[in-house]
Amino acid sequence: MYAAAQNHHHQMNRYWEEELETMSRPALEKLQLERLKTTFAYAARSPYYKQLFGKLNLTVDSFGHIDDIRKIPFTTKEDLRANYPYGLVALPLQESVRLHSSSGTTGNPTVIFHSQHDLDSWSNLVARCLYSVGVRDTDVFQNTSGYGMFTGGLGFQYGAERLGCLTIPAAAGNSRRQIKFMQDFGTTTVHAIPSYAIRLADVFEEMGLDPHRDTRLKTLVIGAEPHTEEQRRRIEELLGVRAFNSFGMSEMSGPGVAFECEYQTGLHLWEDAFYLEIIHPDTLEPLPDGEIGELVLTSLDRRAMPILRYRTRDLTRILPGDCPCRRVHRRIDRVKGRTDDMFIIKGCNIFPMQIEKILLQTPEVGNNYMITLDTVDHSDEMLIEVELKDLFTDDYGRLENLAKSLRHRIRDEVLVAPRIKLAESGSLPQSEGKAVRVRDLRNNK
Amino acid sequence: MTTIRQLSIFLENKSGRLQEVLEALGNEKINITALTIADTSEYGILRLIVSDPENGYKLLKNRGFSVNLTDVLSLSVSHEAGSLAKVLKKFSEEKLSVEYMYAFSLGEKAVIVLRTDNRPKAFEIIERNNFTLISEDEIKNL
Ligand SMILES: [Zn+2]
Repeated sequence: MYAAAQNHHHQMNRYWEEELETMSRPALEKLQLERLKTTFAYAARSPYYKQLFGKLNLTVDSFGHIDDIRKIPFTTKEDLRANYPYGLVALPLQESVRLHSSSGTTGNPTVIFHSQHDLDSWSNLVARCLYSVGVRDTDVFQNTSGYGMFTGGLGFQYGAERLGCLTIPAAAGNSRRQIKFMQDFGTTTVHAIPSYAIRLADVFEEMGLDPHRDTRLKTLVIGAEPHTEEQRRRIEELLGVRAFNSFGMSEMSGPGVAFECEYQTGLHLWEDAFYLEIIHPDTLEPLPDGEIGELVLTSLDRRAMPILRYRTRDLTRILPGDCPCRRVHRRIDRVKGRTDDMFIIKGCNIFPMQIEKILLQTPEVGNNYMITLDTVDHSDEMLIEVELKDLFTDDYGRLENLAKSLRHRIRDEVLVAPRIKLAESGSLPQSEGKAVRVRDLRNNK
Repeated sequence: MTTIRQLSIFLENKSGRLQEVLEALGNEKINITALTIADTSEYGILRLIVSDPENGYKLLKNRGFSVNLTDVLSLSVSHEAGSLAKVLKKFSEEKLSVEYMYAFSLGEKAVIVLRTDNRPKAFEIIERNNFTLISEDEIKNL
């Protein structure tokens, strides 16, 4: 069934599934339409979608072109929670072979059911991702992801096995043991969240080891945690690897939704398996390529629990233009934040990540910041507090120039000029974790 | 020609921070010879001449302060009316750009501390007018 089965024996080809990866766009859209119809037919068997489609008089015949997908309403995280646990399950339960669940901090968790077909399809996509960055069956793949319910564990495990790698389910934690595995088994490829990759570099140093010299590491797969281009470069330098961005979410199975190719210019989203839309988070209208909005995904190859037009709450954009690798699948930018983080001031949509990016390029200031929106003299004002990393001068003029330069560069990025306030180092909430970065004190929010 | 090192500390305008600096230095028996604060509406820069600038710097940095060790010039003049004015007059006549300046008295002496980005010119004026530069050791022993 899978072209991959042949690749398995001679992994010389550049593509895991050449036809599916390099077909023309019209051919891809035709495939998407076919798969949408199949997905629709499965979804219509679930209590939730059955009722919804019935209300809207939607049938398989409603879809003559892939754009007709817009006839289907969005599905939200709240819909998944409200229909917990079986409301979106489309196959008799005996055909499900696994479930994954993401912990909800409030209310019901979201649970995703998988049939054997779904797991095969998912593993194949993860294998395709790894293959696209040069991982082959001769590689040794070590997964430092948590296993259990977290999809980064089993998702990569099955994907790397599918590709044919010797796969080490090292799971999370115990850094010294991780490093011992890397040395003893000649690990070449590691999957880790970015902060853990940096932590590993520290532990190498504590152990008196140099990853460049003392390991065979060459590829790192990083994801599941927001990070910047600067952090990626740092990981590459520290560990002597090339690091590739991975994107996925449990609602769309897990990892294997989008992945960077060898050119590291954005993440190819596998459009044969997912239908991709970027919408304005307020108007819900589709946005042109290049504009940042909310990512909406439809699973096109899942049977136990298809999810249609799922509002992911992740903010990203479609990168215009073609990739030198010739894959037809369009690229998305690394996630710019969550719709929950976005704010609007003076008519401009602003994401904290945009401001963070400028700060990271400014060596005089740290990475912590606080944005306060307030009404001053009947007009909205954005105040940004940043920490002075070191007092690089004791001259006021130069401190004022630093503030002025930040003000201009942020204005160029987000189109609203902020007021900059310099703060002592360590005085603002830490940049890691889920610190509150935006305070809105305006009269009419 | 000699300069002395001054501790410059960035302080937000909120209560208690100055106190923390002084206590941190006091606990390590670092004496403060001179203290001045220049501030705007949002932040201030505290400038200190201390007995052990190097350890003072490390100590404050470890405590998370934004701190800088700045080279400044220090002149001693006799502690009598008009002597300070005489020195300042020379500098302004020669159009030396002075970023900031402060003065304090130590026993018989008055001490001027100043920061300029044109140090060679400052040294030249000092030499030509027989002003007395003082070193870190001399400040400690005054
Ligand atoms: Zn590519």
